[in-house]
Formats: sequence, structure tokens, C-alpha cells
Amino acid sequence: MTTTERAVGSDVRRIDGPDKVRGRVPYAYEHELGAQSVFVAIVQSPVARGRVTSIDASAAEAVPGVLAVLTHENAPRLGDVAEEILVLQSPVVQYAGEPVAVVVAETSEVARDAVGRVRVDYESADPDVVLSVDRDDLYPPEQLMAGFETDSVIGDVDAALAEAPVTVDVVYETPNQHNNPIEMHATVARWDGDVLRMWDANQGPHNLVPVITEAFGITEDQLHITSPYVGGAFGSKAYTHVHQLLAGMAAKVTGRTVKLELTRQQMFSLVGHRTPTIQRLRLGARPDGTLTAISHEVVEHTSQNAEFAEQTATATRLMYSAPARRTTHRLAKLDVPAPTIMRAPGEAPGMYALESAMDELAAELGMDPVELRLRNEPDRDPERDVPWSTRNLVACLTQGAERFGWAGRDHRPGVREDGRWLVGTGVAAATYPTRRRPSQARIEAVAGKPYVVSIDASDIGTGAWTTLTQIAADALGVPMDQVRLRIGDSRLPQASGAGGSTGITSWGPAIMAAAQELHDRFGGQVPADGVTVTGSSGPGDEAEQLSSHAFGAHFAEVRVDRDTGEVRVPRMTGVFAVGRVINTVTARSQLLGGMTMGLSMALHEESVLDERRGHYANHDLAEYHIAANADVGEVDIAWVDEVDDAHNPLGAKGIGEIGIVGSAAAIGNAYWHATGRRVRDLPITPDKWFR
Amino acid sequence: MREFRYEKATDPAGAVALLADAPEGAYLGGGTNLVDLMRLGVATPDVLVDVRRLTSDQVEELPDGGLRIGAAVPNADLAADLRVRQRYPLLAQALLAGASGQLRNRATTGGNLLQRTRCTYFTDTTQPCNKRAPGSGCGAVTGLHRNHAVLGATDEGPDSPHTCVATHPSDLAVALRALDAEVRVLGRDGERTVAMADLHRLPGEDPARDTTLAHGELITAIDVPGLPWAVRSRYRKVRDRASYAFALISVAAAMDLDGSTVRDVRIALGGVAHAPWRATVAEDALRGGPATEEAFTAAAEAELAAAHPLPDNAFKVPMATSTLVRTLLQISAEARA
Ligand SMILES: Cc1cc2nc3c(=O)[nH]c(=O)nc-3n(C[C@H](O)[C@H](O)[C@H](O)COP(=O)(O)OP(=O)(O)OC[C@H]3O[C@@H](n4cnc5c(N)ncnc54)[C@H](O)[C@@H]3O)c2cc1C
Ligand code: SF4
Repeated sequence: MTTTERAVGSDVRRIDGPDKVRGRVPYAYEHELGAQSVFVAIVQSPVARGRVTSIDASAAEAVPGVLAVLTHENAPRLGDVAEEILVLQSPVVQYAGEPVAVVVAETSEVARDAVGRVRVDYESADPDVVLSVDRDDLYPPEQLMAGFETDSVIGDVDAALAEAPVTVDVVYETPNQHNNPIEMHATVARWDGDVLRMWDANQGPHNLVPVITEAFGITEDQLHITSPYVGGAFGSKAYTHVHQLLAGMAAKVTGRTVKLELTRQQMFSLVGHRTPTIQRLRLGARPDGTLTAISHEVVEHTSQNAEFAEQTATATRLMYSAPARRTTHRLAKLDVPAPTIMRAPGEAPGMYALESAMDELAAELGMDPVELRLRNEPDRDPERDVPWSTRNLVACLTQGAERFGWAGRDHRPGVREDGRWLVGTGVAAATYPTRRRPSQARIEAVAGKPYVVSIDASDIGTGAWTTLTQIAADALGVPMDQVRLRIGDSRLPQASGAGGSTGITSWGPAIMAAAQELHDRFGGQVPADGVTVTGSSGPGDEAEQLSSHAFGAHFAEVRVDRDTGEVRVPRMTGVFAVGRVINTVTARSQLLGGMTMGLSMALHEESVLDERRGHYANHDLAEYHIAANADVGEVDIAWVDEVDDAHNPLGAKGIGEIGIVGSAAAIGNAYWHATGRRVRDLPITPDKWFR
Repeated sequence: MREFRYEKATDPAGAVALLADAPEGAYLGGGTNLVDLMRLGVATPDVLVDVRRLTSDQVEELPDGGLRIGAAVPNADLAADLRVRQRYPLLAQALLAGASGQLRNRATTGGNLLQRTRCTYFTDTTQPCNKRAPGSGCGAVTGLHRNHAVLGATDEGPDSPHTCVATHPSDLAVALRALDAEVRVLGRDGERTVAMADLHRLPGEDPARDTTLAHGELITAIDVPGLPWAVRSRYRKVRDRASYAFALISVAAAMDLDGSTVRDVRIALGGVAHAPWRATVAEDALRGGPATEEAFTAAAEAELAAAHPLPDNAFKVPMATSTLVRTLLQISAEARA
């Protein structure tokens, strides 16, 4: 290999940026496929629990331009997946917004007009949508998402709490929340003979293959999904949802290329949400701040048809040392749509609660909350009892404190004023697991031509087009313009989806392995007639032998208007230990986006379930508030020098989710420091000042 | 979404004539509210008569020192008008506190006043709503009503055809209400003037009607009377985020001080009722009295004494009270400075 300047670690700009801003690259819905497409619109149930007693589609069918109306009476029968994804297979209705019919029409306007003409009668019962700790039907799931154990118990927690000289015992609540990527979920589908072709917005085409092949009774070879550009996802595009199956059915019935794009309102019922949580935190400590007991009990919801058990308390299993410790998760099955992944599922709500409780403990102890965390730093994973591959929380806290100007902080709450503003500061720690998933890559090399690097990776706006090109260029020892990357297609070598912050750690090493193969076999000399090599990567011994996590520390300043209850966050500092940073520009964007989403979680985001009617009542962006530009103040972002070679050959850790973890707690803690009042149920909206 | 015809007239009278023959038709201003509601199936006009370029888009002087605002003046232009900013700061502030830059460029003065409520049951055709589907009941009163009315609402329970607890969302309308503006309207029978006080109505027993305008009446202009002491006025909007959100509550206020005595005062509240709420009780309590925090608090509490909050919007009463007090204090401090 020739030596070239390394691309990894540089600040190279997004290679897909210019084409995206010029509108030259197609998102799913924009694929123009020659043949005139037809359009699908969905009829949704206003009833949350009940059954369809009759459907009269005749008025809709009579509208000129309508090609078909599918209902549970005439829709194609699908395979087993219909247990989990409710897709016109039965008259039973299990959540508000469930599709009960679809209209396929020549134009989207006609399709939407006809939706209003499908007459559906229901038999309905009162929906059960309210989560509480008093429910008698709470149950422990078999296991949690990502394979975590439901509960963990070490030592005698109750005894340790009873003996502890200083304790906190507090309950935090986080609300239902919805992913709102800017690109609505969309699928274009067509059957070419017995092959289903899809252009779809998702987080990895291979993620969808098992469910879609099962649903339509086809083999992997009969399914081809293309998804090169995706306009955000946050978890809502990780799995197959009902619309992809509806599109496949509509294409089958009409024999046409169909386009289905969800409306923003439909995204509040059809593509998942973050479960609400009720979390009881009990901490016991000695007067010097040493933790003696940690108990974190979680209650959350799931749906009637599909179980999604969020791993809310799993970060508590590793954050701090304490001899006695317990985490539990209990679920209520409610008449709600299935929850799903939303950026840092588990860690985001769970660390909000743990890091708020740590702040309350620091206040009880009269201690600096940074110092309290430093004092409970474990030298090994406290529950798995294995060494860390790298753990740099201390560096994040100390460097963050330095950058933010934490030293000399008056820890008393409610004593700083600036005009009518009450002013405070807060801190919280962050963590996110470092993992890798099985992935394969292929490199085609022809002398004198750029290398073609293929992998079914997914760029959901994160910058993967750029970072994978950097990694490939370095691995091949060539400049970036000598690499042609191909991603986002189920016919490319299988790779894990963009989720769990595993993209770089999974895809990067696969590309490096393929490059190594090329090097091992041919040295620097590519054969004149060309060659194709493959490489793969996946979890190795490190998964068992080491505990691998990214860490971080958030600091925030909060101002609260004492007349109106309005909350402002003029500045935040985030310092992270995320292994090797591949691209300083896209890394900063990920952390900035995560921190902003944490601010949004702290102050704004809440999907309100109508308890009587069972639907998410504020289902659009006028009423479901996400932080606007004016809400985001100065955001200072840094990372510590860290390379985690023990985990993967890149030395990288995931970066997509850790920014949101803990940021809401830092803001909540600063709110308390400003006002002397704890708001323990997010979001901290102005009305809560007046209770 | 229903198919519709799109029509343009050559003059305001022509537009009025077009709608006179179209009982299900509607005027189209900037379309920032109407088109959204059409997409949602909430508004189903069969014909749109475009009036965005039809009425005046100018702000003109009135003999009494006031201003005549053409109905087609974009919200952004009105907020930027130097005369508006100097004579009626509360008006410019109200506009700038609303929507976003892009929307304000597009939205018209006439359309702004007639925008519909943001109640999420109103905007969802699968839900009960007496305003959208008279007689279907009110979903909000037992559901999401955190940002609904605390004053002047009709609450006879969720199933009553009279119940409506919606608020009027316009910020501009609140400022114009405080300024005693008048709306000039052209109808089939000619022109008439409607005081802002009479334009928006409380739900009473007919929540479907937002205003007293008859079908097909076209707003041509808004007259804002001269009010020299409105130079000391403010619009304070409290919302869930720093920008781009509707008011939880808002206060439009102007005050005329004689030393430390309130000579005259104008107060209107937004986000609390089905119409911009003129705080006459507070005004009467303040006029001729001292400009002190105690007096402001007593007046604000007297105004809000009539409030009937729902379980989830009770915060609006103390929020409106303290925001009103603070706004009056700021105006009086400014006057003394
Ligand atoms: C995301 C978003 C946020 C917003 N935030 C705010 C906010 O914070 N504060 C706020 O005050 N507003 C806000 N708005 C609302 C915005 O101000 C209104 O949509 C806008 O002012 C309406 O003006 P328009 O010209 O677009 O009206 P259109 O949508 O064209 O019309 C509205 C109504 O007025 C009728 N109409 C229009 N012109 C006339 C006329 N000359 N005579 C008679 N009838 C007429 C139409 O038939 C229709 O019924 C927001 C809107 C959006 C979409
Ligand atoms: S408050 Fe008014 S607008 Fe809202 S649902 Fe009730 S009747 Fe409809």
C-alpha cells in the first residue's frame, strides 16, 4: 500500500451533501420508475379497542380513479407476521389509528378523497391506555430489548437501604414520545413477476427482509429493497411497519407500481413511539457519598399485539459501584400501537431518572454532584464483573466541568437571579453500550479504476456515506476519490441496520477486513483483469470478556422566568468518550443533534393519550413540540482522547445516541438549582411552574 | 380532501359576487390555515376565490393619526412597517410573536383574523367536535385541553351540542382588540364596519360560528384608531417553546400614566377564550388608580375571578395573572424612565 494522508479523523465534509441540497438524489418517495405510479391512502380506525362490524366501500369504489379498496374482507392473506403487525387480516381493532382499509387510486388526491367515503362501522369498548404502578396486570417480560435480562439483583438491597444513613426515594415519569424524522415514512412497491421490488425509507434494507418475505411467502431472492438516502429515522424506521406490507399488498392486487407515504399525523400511530415510563429510584449512601445501594424499578407499557420491552434501567447496572443493587422492569399491555426504538431506547429515559436521583442525593449530602459521581466510579463493570475496554467518565466530568466553568458553583438552589430570571446549573453523566453486529462487505478492484466498496449499510442522515468512504480509503491506502461506495440495497452484502449506535463499529471493520483480504492476496498490485474480495466482521470475544461503553458528561445552564414559568437553556456543554472519532464534522453533528433532542425531551416532547378515546391527541408538529432553533442556545461539544482498540479494529464507539442520554437530567437538575423545585415528570413545560 | 375550483376576481365586488353564489365556497388569503384544513378534510370548500392580491396590500394614514391596514398586507410587512412599530409597538410585537418568518411572509391580515382554532379535535375528522361537526359533542373537554379556554367557554359536558372550550389562536387579533380596531367588510349589500369587539364571538350555544361575519363577507381593511399613548404598549406571549408555538396565554397592554396614576389603560388577553378577551374588569379597576404592583395584582385577579378552568388548564389563571402584572409593571417602569 502507498502511504497517503489518513482520511479517518479528518473534518472532511459530507460527500453526499452537495447532491442532497441540490435535490439530485432521490428519497424513497421520489423514485421515478417510468411506469405511471398509483397511490395508496389509509383508512384508520378511530376506535382503540373493538371490531369492525361492517364496511361499505361502494361509495369509495365509485369515485373515478379509484382502482381498489382493500379491507380485512378482501385483502391478500399474509404469513405469520400478521400476529405482530396488524394488517387487514382480521376485523379486530387493537389501537386507535389501526388501518382498517386502504384505497388505491390513480392520484393521491383521489385516494385521499375516497378514504373519507369508506363507511366503517365498529363495535367498541372503552380503551385501556393509562399506565400506572397500581395496575394489577403488570408483568415481567421474558427479556428486554437487545437481549437484556428483565431484572438484576445483587445483595440485599432493602436491608442496605434501611441501613443507609442517607437515602433518596423518588419517582420520575417520562411521557410517550414520538420519533419525528423530517422524511415521512414512504414506500414505493411493485411486483416484477414474483419478485417484490421496493424503494423504501428505512434504517437498513436487510432489517426488513425477514418480515416482508415471511408476510408474502417469498424467498430472499424474491425481495429487492433499495434505500440509498433516508431523511432521518431515530429508530422509527428500524423495523417493518404496517405501511410497507400495505404497499406490497396494494401492488399485488392492482399489478401497478404503488406509492405510499404516511402523513405526519399517521406517524403518530403507525410507526411506533417511545413508551412512557414510571421509574422509582432509591439510593442509599454513606455521609461521604459512597453509594451502598441502588434500586431502579421501571414500569412501562407495550401493545396488545406486539411486545416491546424497553431496557430502561440497564444503564443503572453499570454506572456506579454499590454493593447492593437491583433493577426491574414491568410492563402493562395497553390498547396502544406498538412502541418502538426511539434514539437511545432505555438509556434516554433511564439515565434521566438515575442522573436526576444522583443530583437529589448530592443535595441531600450537601455535596458537589460532580464529586458524588467521581466518588462512585467503579473500576470494573459492577454487575458483570469484567474489566472495561475503556471507561473515561472521569475525564468527561472533569474536562466538562473545566469547559463549563463549574468550579466554585454555589450548590444551594434558588438563590441566583438575573432580573426576573432564576438561574441555575446542572450536571449529569451519560453512557451508551458499544457493540458490533455481523456485517459483510465486498470490494471490487480493477487496475486503474476506483475501488467499488459495497455493503448494505444505511445512511439515515448520519454521514455514513462519508465516514465509510473515509474508512475504505484508509484501509485501501488511497485517497477518498478512489473509492466508490454503494450502500442501502438488500442485494448488497448483508450488514446490520443503522441502530444501537453500531453502524461504524460493525460496517467499518467489515470494510477493513475486505481491504485486508485484498492486501493479503495481492499486495498493492490489483490484477489487470480485476478481482472481487469480501470481508466480514462481528462480535468477538470482547463481547464476553469486556464491558464496552461510551461515556459522557453534560452541563447545562437553565433560566426560569418567575412570572411565566418559561424555561430557557442558554448554554450546554457535552464532553464525550466515544473512542476514535472518524469524522470530526459528522461526529459533532451527531452529538449536537443528540443533545438538542435531549433538550427537547427535557422541555417539550410529550404525546398526549386521550384517556377516553385512546388516541394520541396532539398528533402533528404544531401540537407535538420539538425544540425550535430559538430554544437551542450555545452548545459546546468536545471529546476526550480515546481509542478503544480492545473492542474493534477501528477503536471506535457508537456516537449516534449518547448525546441524548443524560442531557434531559442535566437540564432538570439545573432547573432545580435555579428554582429550588424538582419537576419529576417530563417535559418541564411552563404550566408546571404554577402547580 | 375534496376537489375544488379555483377562481380569481378582478375586484373585491367581483369576489363577493362569486361567493354569493357558492354557499360552500371560501376566500383564499395566504392559504396558510385554510389549505392545511383542506388537506385534513376539515374545510371542504367546493370553490376557492383567491383574494390575496385583491384587496389593498398597503398601510395608509387615517385622519385621526391611526392607520388603515389593507386586508392583503402580509403579516411580515405589517410587523415591519415603521409607523406600526412606532405608534403601536404591541401590534408589531404580536405579529412577530406568531408563526414563523416564512408563514408571516405568506399570511394576510384578513386571513390571520379568521384563522380557525388549533383544538386537535377540531382538526381531526375522526373525533367529535361541535365546531367542525355540529352536534357531535366536544372531544376536548374530557381529552386534551391543556391549551383551551378558561374564560367565556361553554361546558355542558362532552356530549352536549353546545360545549366548546376552544381558544382563538391569533396573536394579531388580541393586539387589535386592545386597540379597539374596526374591521371593514364588503358584503352583497355593500360595505359595513364591525368593531373588533363584535367580530369574534364566544361559543354560546353555537360553537360552529367563530365570528359574526355572514358567509361571503370579505374583509377589505382594518382601521386602527389613533391612540398616542399606545407608544407605551407591549405584547407578551407565553408559549411552550421560545418561538413557533401558539400562545398558552398572551397579554396585549397599553397604559397612559399621569405621574404614578393610571390615566387610561387597554388590556386584552389571548389564549384564554374563544375570542380575544378584552379585560374590561381589570381596566375599570385600574383607571384612575395608582400604578403599583398591588393595584395591578388586584386588577388582574379581579379579571380572572370569572375563570372556569378545566382539570388540565388551571395553570392559565395564575399564569395570566402574573404575566399581566409583570407586563403592566414593565410599561410603567418604561414610562417613568
Ligand atoms: C405552523 C403554524 C404556526 C402558526 N403560529 C401562529 C402563531 O403563533 N400565532 C398566530 O397568530 N398565528 C399563527 N399561525 C397562523 C397564521 O397566522 C395563519 O395561518 C395566517 O395568519 C392566516 O392567514 P392566511 O392569509 O394564510 O389565511 P388563509 O389560510 O388564506 O385563510 C384563513 C381564513 O380566512 C378566510 N379569509 C382569508 N382572507 C379573507 C378576507 N380578506 N376576507 C374574508 N375571509 C378571508 C379564509 O376563507 C379562511 O377561512 C400559525 C400557522 C401555522 C401553519
Ligand atoms: S373545544 Fe370546541 S373545537 Fe375543540 S372539540 Fe370541543 S367543540 Fe370542537
